[in-house]
Amino acid sequence: MAQSIFTWLDERLGLTEIYDTILDRKVPKVNWWFTLGSASLFLGLLQGITGMMLSVYYVPTPDHAYDSITYIMTGVQFGWLIRGLHHWGASLLILTAFFHLLRVFFYGAYKYPREFTWFTGVFLMIGALGMGFTGYLLPWNQRSYWATTVGSEIAGTVPVVGDFILRVLRGGTDLSAVTLSRFFAMHIWILPAVIIATVCAHLYLVIRLGISNIPDRDS
Amino acid sequence: MSSKYHSPNMDRRSFVKIVTSILGTTMAAIVGLPMIQFFISPALNKATGDDWISLGPLENYPLDIPTPFSFNLTRVNGWERSSQSYGAFVLRQSGTDVIVFSDVCTHLSCRVSWDADQDSFFCPCHAAFFGKYGEVISGPPPRPLDRYETKMEEGQLLIHFQEG
Repeated sequence: MAQSIFTWLDERLGLTEIYDTILDRKVPKVNWWFTLGSASLFLGLLQGITGMMLSVYYVPTPDHAYDSITYIMTGVQFGWLIRGLHHWGASLLILTAFFHLLRVFFYGAYKYPREFTWFTGVFLMIGALGMGFTGYLLPWNQRSYWATTVGSEIAGTVPVVGDFILRVLRGGTDLSAVTLSRFFAMHIWILPAVIIATVCAHLYLVIRLGISNIPDRDS
Repeated sequence: MSSKYHSPNMDRRSFVKIVTSILGTTMAAIVGLPMIQFFISPALNKATGDDWISLGPLENYPLDIPTPFSFNLTRVNGWERSSQSYGAFVLRQSGTDVIVFSDVCTHLSCRVSWDADQDSFFCPCHAAFFGKYGEVISGPPPRPLDRYETKMEEGQLLIHFQEG
C-alpha cells in the first residue's frame, strides 16, 4: 500500500530523482572538514526555527523588548531552551561557517569552476555576520545598546560617507526606538530573505559542480 | 571496497541511513516537542480573580432603573501589566433589594448598554435585546445576562468578582 502510494507520487514528482541528485551525489574521498557546510546549513535551519518561535513573544520596542525576553526566560515553558538554542546556535554557526570557509580556502576548492560557489559563500558569511550584528541589539540590554553604539560608530569612521552610513544604520543620529525596529526588520525579514536565496544558489552550485577532492602533492 | 568489510546482514549504506534517521528524529524531537509546549504555554495559565468590589452606598442608585458602574482591575499578561475595565449595571428594586448584572453579552462577549427609550439592554454586535431583568427579548443570546453575587456591608454595596 505505502509502496504503491510512493510509486504513484514518485512517478509524478520525481522524488527518487531529487533524492539521488541531492543525497546520492558522487563525492571524492573526503574528511571531516567537509562536513562543516552541512553543519552550517543545519545550524542555519535551527536558527530559523528557533527564531520564528522567539518572535511569538518578542516585541521590538524599547519599552517592552527587555521585558518580553524576561518573560520568555521566566514565564514561558522551555523559553530558556528556545532562546538558549538561538543564542548559542548563532555563535556556533559563525564558527562552523568560518571553518568551512578556511577549509575551502586551504584546499583551494574555490578555484575553477567553483568561483561562484565561493562568491556566494563569502556573501553568506557576511550575511551571517549581519544577522549576528542585528540580533545582538534585540535584547535591548546594556550590552546590546553599547555594542550597537560602538558598532555603528565604527561604521561611521568610513571616509566621506561614514556619517551617512551611521545615520542609515541608526535611523537617525541617535540609537533609538527607530534603530531597534529597523534592526529587527533586518534580522527577521530582509537578511533572512537574502540569505535563503543565496543558500539556494550556493547549494545549487555545490550539487551542479560537485565538490573538489583534497589536493595532493601533484596538483 | 575490499570484501573483508562486507557483512551479509547490513551494508554500510543502510547502516548510515538508519543511524542518520535515528539521530535526526531524536534531534527533531528534542527541539520540536519543547517548541509545542513553548507555543501553547500562555494558554495553560488561566486568569484567576476573586474579589469583592465596592460599588458605594446603595442609596446612590436610583430605584428601578439599571445604572452603569465600572471598575478597573490590574491584570498581568505576559510582559504587560495593564488596567482592565469591567462594567456592571445596578438595578435597585426597593430599599434593600438589588440585582447587579454583568455588562458582558451572553452571546459573544460584546458589552451591552442600557437603552432607556426601549426599556432594555442592547448589544450592538448582533442586535440583541435583554429586558430590565436580564431576560433575552430578541436576538441570538443563549441565556439571560449574568448576575454578580451581591452583599451589603457597612452600608456599601459589594459585588463578588470571580474569574477563572
